[in-house]
Amino acid sequence: MRAALAQASLIRHRARTMLAVLGVAVATAMLLDMVMLATGMRESFRELLLSQGFDIRLAPKGTLPFDTDATISGVGAIMSVLRTNPDIREISPVLGGSIHIQGGARDVSSAVLGVDPTVQGDYEFLSGRDITTPDAIVANDYLLNKLGARFGDTLTVAAGYDPQTRTYSGQRKLVLTGRARFIYGATEQSAAAVRRETLEALGGGARRDRASLFMVRVRKGANPDSVRSWIFTQIPTVSVISVATAIAEVDQRLSYFRQLAFILGAVSLFVGFLLVTTLVTVSVNERAGEIAVMRAIGVSRTHVVQQIVIEGVAISLVGAIIGLGLGLITARYLNSILSAFPGLPMAIDFFLFQPRAAWSAVGLLVASGILAGVYPAWRAASLPIAESLRREAIA
Amino acid sequence: MTADSAPIVSLRDVRRDYALGAERVHALQGVSLDVERCDYVAIVGPSGCGKSTLLNLIGVIDQPTSGTVTIAGRRVDAMSDREATSFRLHNIGFVFQRFYLMPILSALENVALPMAEAKVARDERNSRAAELLAYVGLSSRERHRPSELSGGEQQRVAIARALANHPALLLADEPTGELDARTGTEIISLFERLNSDGTTIVVVTHDEDLANAARHNVHMRDGRIVVP
Repeated sequence: MRAALAQASLIRHRARTMLAVLGVAVATAMLLDMVMLATGMRESFRELLLSQGFDIRLAPKGTLPFDTDATISGVGAIMSVLRTNPDIREISPVLGGSIHIQGGARDVSSAVLGVDPTVQGDYEFLSGRDITTPDAIVANDYLLNKLGARFGDTLTVAAGYDPQTRTYSGQRKLVLTGRARFIYGATEQSAAAVRRETLEALGGGARRDRASLFMVRVRKGANPDSVRSWIFTQIPTVSVISVATAIAEVDQRLSYFRQLAFILGAVSLFVGFLLVTTLVTVSVNERAGEIAVMRAIGVSRTHVVQQIVIEGVAISLVGAIIGLGLGLITARYLNSILSAFPGLPMAIDFFLFQPRAAWSAVGLLVASGILAGVYPAWRAASLPIAESLRREAIA
Repeated sequence: MTADSAPIVSLRDVRRDYALGAERVHALQGVSLDVERCDYVAIVGPSGCGKSTLLNLIGVIDQPTSGTVTIAGRRVDAMSDREATSFRLHNIGFVFQRFYLMPILSALENVALPMAEAKVARDERNSRAAELLAYVGLSSRERHRPSELSGGEQQRVAIARALANHPALLLADEPTGELDARTGTEIISLFERLNSDGTTIVVVTHDEDLANAARHNVHMRDGRIVVP
C-alpha cells in the first residue's frame, strides 16, 4: 500500500515529477561523465599500454613515451644483455623515423616504424600481406587514402628530403603489401611500417644498429617491476619504465584534472540531492493535512516516512537510469571531440565506460534520494497531529 | 464495575493549555466526562470553547496538560507515539469535517487503508471495505476517486473508513459542516443507524439537527462543561 500511495502521489503531480526526474537525470549524467572522465584517461592509457602484452619499455633517457629523433645505439648488445634474463620472454626493438613517399597519386610524408613483424606490438595487421620481405611496406588507412595507392603498387620511398634543392636522399623502391592500424597513432596521422633492417638501410650508416624504443614482454608469473629494476642496473644509460610506473606517472600528471572532475561530480550529486529534497519538502508541505489524517487514523510514523522516502527514491532511481543513458550519449559525443585532438593516440579515450562507475553514480544518486527524503518525511510525520489538522482546517 | 459496564470514555479533571506566542491559552480547564458504551453524545458550544480539543484528547491525537483520559479501559493520556498510533488504529474511528480522503485512492482503497495498516489480508480487507461501502449505500461507487464523488458521498466513504477496524469508538468533528441540509440529514440518519447497530459515537457539532439526534448533549463554554 505504501508503494502504491507513493506511486499515486507522484502521478498526481505528473509535470512536477517529470521535471524532477529530468533534473536528477541531468545530475546523474554529469556525475557519470565526471566519474568516467576522472578514471577514463588513466584506464584507457593502461589498456593501451597492455593491449599488446608488453610490460616494459626501454627508451633513450628523457624521451618517453616516444621520440623518433632520439635513438639508442648498440641494439645487438642490448638484446644480448636482455636475453640473459630468463624472465624476459620477448623483445621488440623499434626504430622510428619519417619517410617521403613517391609513387601514388602524389608525394606524401609519413611517420614510419622499423620493426620485426614476428614480435612487434605497434600495429594491428588488417589485410593484405605483412612485412615478411625486406621490400615490403604496410600503411594505415589515412596514408593509403593520401597516396591513393593499392596493394602491389611499387612506391619510391626516401629517408630524407631537402626542400631547398628538392632532392631526396636514401631512396628505395618498396612494395605496398598491406594495411594496418597503428595502435599509438593519432587519428589523422600517416603511418607506415617496414622491417627494421629496411629502415636502417634507408637511413644509411647513421641509423645502423640503433633503436628508438625496446618493448619487452616478461614471462607469465614474473614480476615486471623486478625485471625493470634488473634492466636498469644492467643498462643504466636508458630509461626503463614498466606499465605500473607509467600509470603512476600519468596519475601524477592527471591529478589536478581528476580532482576537478571529482569536484564537478560532487557538485552534480549535491544538485541532485537538493532537487529531490526540495521536491519532497514541497510535496510534504502540501500534504501536511493529508499526513496528519493518515496519522490520526492509525498509520504509523514509520510508514508515513517510508511512503515519502519511496517517492524520493523513485524519483532518484528513474532519474538515475535515464541519466545513465544521457551520460553515455554525452560522454560518447565529448569523447569524439576530445579524441580528435591533434597528436593523441586514437586508442586513448577520455571517457571510459566502466560498469563500476555507472553503478557508483546510480548508487550515490539513490542514496542521496533516500537521505533527501528522510528528513522532510520524518519532520512531517512528527508534526503534532491535532495542530496540523487545526492549521489545515484554518487554511 | 466490570470492564463492559465501565464507561468507554472517562476523563478526569483534564486540562489542556497551549502556547500561543507569548500567551498561554487554557483550552480545557478541568473537564471530567464519562461516555457509556453504545451511547451517542454530541458536544456542543460556541466556537473556541474547547470542543475540538476535547475530541482530540478522546481520539488520542493530543495529550492533556494534566488529568487522566481512559478510553476502552486504557489510560491514554501518557501513551508513547507508537502506543497511541496502534491504539487509534484498533480502537478509534475518525470522521472529519472536510472528509480528508486520500485523493489518489479509490473509495474502496480509502476504506481499506486502515485495514492495510492493521495488516489485514488483502482479500479480507477488500471484502470488508466493500461491505462497509454497501452499509453506507455506496456499493456502486467503489472504484470512484474522491474527486468523482459528491460531498455527502465523500463523507459516507470517510465514515466507512472510520469503521474499518471495528473501532470501539467513532469520533466525528463537525461531520455535517461541509454539507448541504439534505446531505447533512442523510449523514445524521447514518449516524443514528450506526448507533442503533451498537457503535458508540461522540460528535462535535454546531448543527442543531445533529445534536438533537444524539442521545446526550454535552455543553461547553470557555473550556468547561456547563449545564445549559
